[in-house]
Amino acid sequence: MTPKRKQRLILVCLMLVGVGLAATIGLKAFKENITLFRSPSDIQAGLVSEGTRFRIGGMVVDESVQRRSDNLDIKFELTDHAHTVAVSFNGILPDLFREGQGIVALGQLDADGVFVASEVLAKHDENYMPPEVAEALEKAGKMPGTSANYGAKTLVQP
Amino acid sequence: MFKWIHRFGSAPFVYRLAGLLGPWVGWLCLIVMLVGLYLGLIVAPADYEQGESYRIIYVHVPAAILSMFVYVVMAVSSAVFLIWRMKLADVVAQASAPIGASFTFLALVTGSLWGKPMWGTWWIWDGRLTSELLLLFLYFGYMALRAAIEHPQSAARAAAVLAVVGVVNIPIIHYSVEWWSTLHQPATITKIGKPSIHPSMAVPLLLMIFGFQLLYLYIVLLRTRIGILQREARTSWVANLPEIESSGANRV
Amino acid sequence: MSDVAAFFHMGGYAAYVWPSMLISLVVLLANVFISRAQYKRVLRQTAQRARAKAESSTTGAKNQNVKS
Repeated sequence: MTPKRKQRLILVCLMLVGVGLAATIGLKAFKENITLFRSPSDIQAGLVSEGTRFRIGGMVVDESVQRRSDNLDIKFELTDHAHTVAVSFNGILPDLFREGQGIVALGQLDADGVFVASEVLAKHDENYMPPEVAEALEKAGKMPGTSANYGAKTLVQP
Repeated sequence: MFKWIHRFGSAPFVYRLAGLLGPWVGWLCLIVMLVGLYLGLIVAPADYEQGESYRIIYVHVPAAILSMFVYVVMAVSSAVFLIWRMKLADVVAQASAPIGASFTFLALVTGSLWGKPMWGTWWIWDGRLTSELLLLFLYFGYMALRAAIEHPQSAARAAAVLAVVGVVNIPIIHYSVEWWSTLHQPATITKIGKPSIHPSMAVPLLLMIFGFQLLYLYIVLLRTRIGILQREARTSWVANLPEIESSGANRV
Repeated sequence: MSDVAAFFHMGGYAAYVWPSMLISLVVLLANVFISRAQYKRVLRQTAQRARAKAESSTTGAKNQNVKS
C-alpha cells in the first residue's frame, strides 16, 4: 500500500471512529427520550411524577380485563412480572389486544395511582407460527418466549 | 491472483460482464419472487396471533433487510473509492442509491400498513422506525449531494464521505429493538438459536429475501453499465461497442 | 365463501395486505423500467456523440490534408 493510500485509509477510519463515538455519546445522553415507554417497575420506583404524560408498556395480566356492556370503558392491569399497574381506557383497542399480550399505553397517572390511558397500542412478538402449532406448543407448555425489552428487564415469558 | 482482482477495476471488462449476467439474474429473480409469493400468499398458513395480516412480512422484511444491505454496499464501495480512488467503486455506490432508497421507502410504507391493524397506529417515533426514516434521508442526502455539486469529482468525494459516515446508522437500526424499549418487535430470522418462525412461513420469506437481493443485483448491474457509459463516453472502446454502433445507425 | 374470495378477503385484512403488495410491485417495477429506459437513453446519447466525433475527426483530417 502506498503511503498516500495508507494515509487515506487512516483518515476514513478516524472519520468512522469519530462519528461512531459522537453517535454513542448522543444516544447515551438521550436514552431516556429514545426509550418509548416506562415499565410498571419504573412507576413503582417513583421515576415518573403524577400528572406527566408518558407511555407505559407491559403485559396485560390474565383475567384482569373488565369491560362494561354499555360503553367502551375498559380496565385492566399491566405487569412487567415485577410490579403491576392498573390501567383505565375509553376507546378503540387494536385487534391484537388481549390478556397476556404486550401493550403500550399513552396517558398519565391519577391520584390513586391508576394509569388513565388515551391511547392503547398492541405490541406483538417475533414469533410466527400456524394456529395448530401454537395450540400444540401451548399444550406442551413450550410456547417460545420473546426477547422484547420492557424497560426494567427483558421478559422471557414461560 | 492480483491480476484477477485487477480485472474488476477494468471498465470494459465489468461493462461486458454486467451485460452478460443481467438477463440471467433478471429471469432468476422473477422465478424466485413468483415462487416466493405463491408460497407466501397462498400456501403458507395464517399466523396464530396476527391471522392473514402477517403476510405483509413477505415484502416488509425483505425490503427492510435490503435497505440496510444496500447501504452497507454503498458505504463499503464509497470507502474503497475514497482510499484507492477506484472509479468503479464510485459507480457501484451511485448505482445503489436509488434502489436502496426504494427499499427503505417500501419498508416504511409496508410497515405502516402492517402497524395500523396490528399495533393500532400507522406511525410511532420509536427507535426502530425513527432510525429507518433517518436511513431514507441518508439515501436522499447522498443523491441530492451528487446532484448539487457541479464538479463530478468533488460530488463523488463529498457523497462518498456522507455514505461512509452514515453507516453508523446501520447498527443503530439493527440493535434499536434491543437497546431501547420500542413498539417494534425484536428480530425474527436473524435471531440466534431457536428459529422463531415456523418453517412453512420461513421458506417463502427466505425466498422473497433472495428474490429482493437478485432484484438489487439486476438493478445495480444495469445502473453500473449506465455509469460506466457516462464516464467513459469519450473512449474508443465505448465507441466501438456493437450496441453503440447499432444504436447510432438506426438514428438519423 | 369460495377459496378465491377468501384469498382476496385476507381474513379481513385485505385493505392492508393488498396495498402493501401493490405498492411493492409498483416501486420495484418502476426501478426496473426507469433503469432500462435510462440505459437506452445513455446508449443513444453516447452513440450520437461517438458519431459526431467520428465525423468531425474525418473532416478535420480532410482539412489538414487541404492545408498541407
